[in-house]
Amino acid sequence: MAIQVTVIDYKAGNLTSVVKALRHLGAEVSVTDRPEVVAAAERIILPGVGHFAATRRLDETGLTPAIREAIAGRVPFLGICVGMQWLYAGSTEAPNQCGLGHFPERIERFPESEEKVPHVGWNQLDPIRGSRIFAGVEKGEFAYFTHSWRAPITAATAAVTQYIQPFASAVEDKNVFGLQFHPEKSGESGLKILRNFLEFRPC
Amino acid sequence: MLTRRIIACLDVRDGRVVKGVQFVDLIDAGDPAALAARQAQEGADEIVLLDITATHEGRKTLLDTVRRTAQSLFVPFTVGGGIRTVADAAAVFEAGADKVSINSAALADPELIGQIGASFGAQAVVVAIDARRDPDASDPVREARVFVHGGRKDTGRTAVEWACEAESLGAGEILLTSMDADGTRAGFDCELTAAVSSAVRIPVIASGGAGTLAHFADVFGAGKADAALAASIFHFGVSSARSLKQELAKCGIPVRLPC
Repeated sequence: MAIQVTVIDYKAGNLTSVVKALRHLGAEVSVTDRPEVVAAAERIILPGVGHFAATRRLDETGLTPAIREAIAGRVPFLGICVGMQWLYAGSTEAPNQCGLGHFPERIERFPESEEKVPHVGWNQLDPIRGSRIFAGVEKGEFAYFTHSWRAPITAATAAVTQYIQPFASAVEDKNVFGLQFHPEKSGESGLKILRNFLEFRPC
Repeated sequence: MLTRRIIACLDVRDGRVVKGVQFVDLIDAGDPAALAARQAQEGADEIVLLDITATHEGRKTLLDTVRRTAQSLFVPFTVGGGIRTVADAAAVFEAGADKVSINSAALADPELIGQIGASFGAQAVVVAIDARRDPDASDPVREARVFVHGGRKDTGRTAVEWACEAESLGAGEILLTSMDADGTRAGFDCELTAAVSSAVRIPVIASGGAGTLAHFADVFGAGKADAALAASIFHFGVSSARSLKQELAKCGIPVRLPC
């Protein structure tokens, strides 16, 4: 039977690419903005591009408590880009908007330097040993990034990427995963990471 | 480390590729979907599809072309040509594009940049600039002018100033074509590319003039380009974006390899 995955639509960018990649991997995808659908989901993906302030819609539509309960109920959850950032306490991009707070740190902008911000393009992953979402992904494999804010490196970091300074390009805690890059746009490496999420079974 | 991107560009008219890399063993070498997939397999970091269809009827095929091309493409995919409104952009995104490239429509209505960005994110808005050096200016590069309508109309604006304004209005990237260099195969206009790239904080994609592998090394070095557009890589004596990148790596340019 096909793996069922629920993709949350909170009007933050374009879902077509994520949905297309998941279907390519054989998943049965449903797209929803309704908390009751999220509450019944077997597997959840929260995509998102653009501004952290857009996550306010998750609070306004009742999706935040539904996601919180699903995570507590050990439903596999993957946040992509702003969807990853939302797992933290908040972001300096929208200081008045709270994140989920699953991870207590805050998202901050890349520091000023010679390098350009946003960080756009293909950069390398250094996955932490034992990470489940990076099973089969080697150190140095590439992923496609486009962002100006990033998460700090902590005990929950699942992969590190170097741009200006090292930052957390992925985070992982039991059934909760976050990817700062776009796996749906990261070629074979990205598809492998998405497949790992689809096949992840919480113990 | 962040790598420099080689972007494969397909010019499409009435749903058929009219320029771009040809693969002799492809059954249908004019099919954008087949060519884009092949380019991605062979190491292109990104695909740009520029629709140069002139007729209204032909334009209707664009969305179908985008949909088919996006179907099995898992690298960033930009679509440009004829996008004049937020609704045009939304239809192209819905069909599977990750970014849209807008040129004369942005010049006519600069607010369009922010309007598309508000719904789809700044990273999804590429502002394409066609520029030509102004030989009469005291600084022909800094005062290179922006042209529209295939280079027939001078907008009276400078490329550097328009790139900065586009950035402030919310553009995610700049696609800069040197009209002096385009078609010459004598190299990118590295001075112009560097002038624009140094003036903005967003990535600049260089286009026009590539004739040899060394030209790519030049535009990533002296030209300060973040990415370069390659319409016909075969002309440079290499068989694929992958071999182009292998040669660039030997010159010390960071590129995505293996790919």
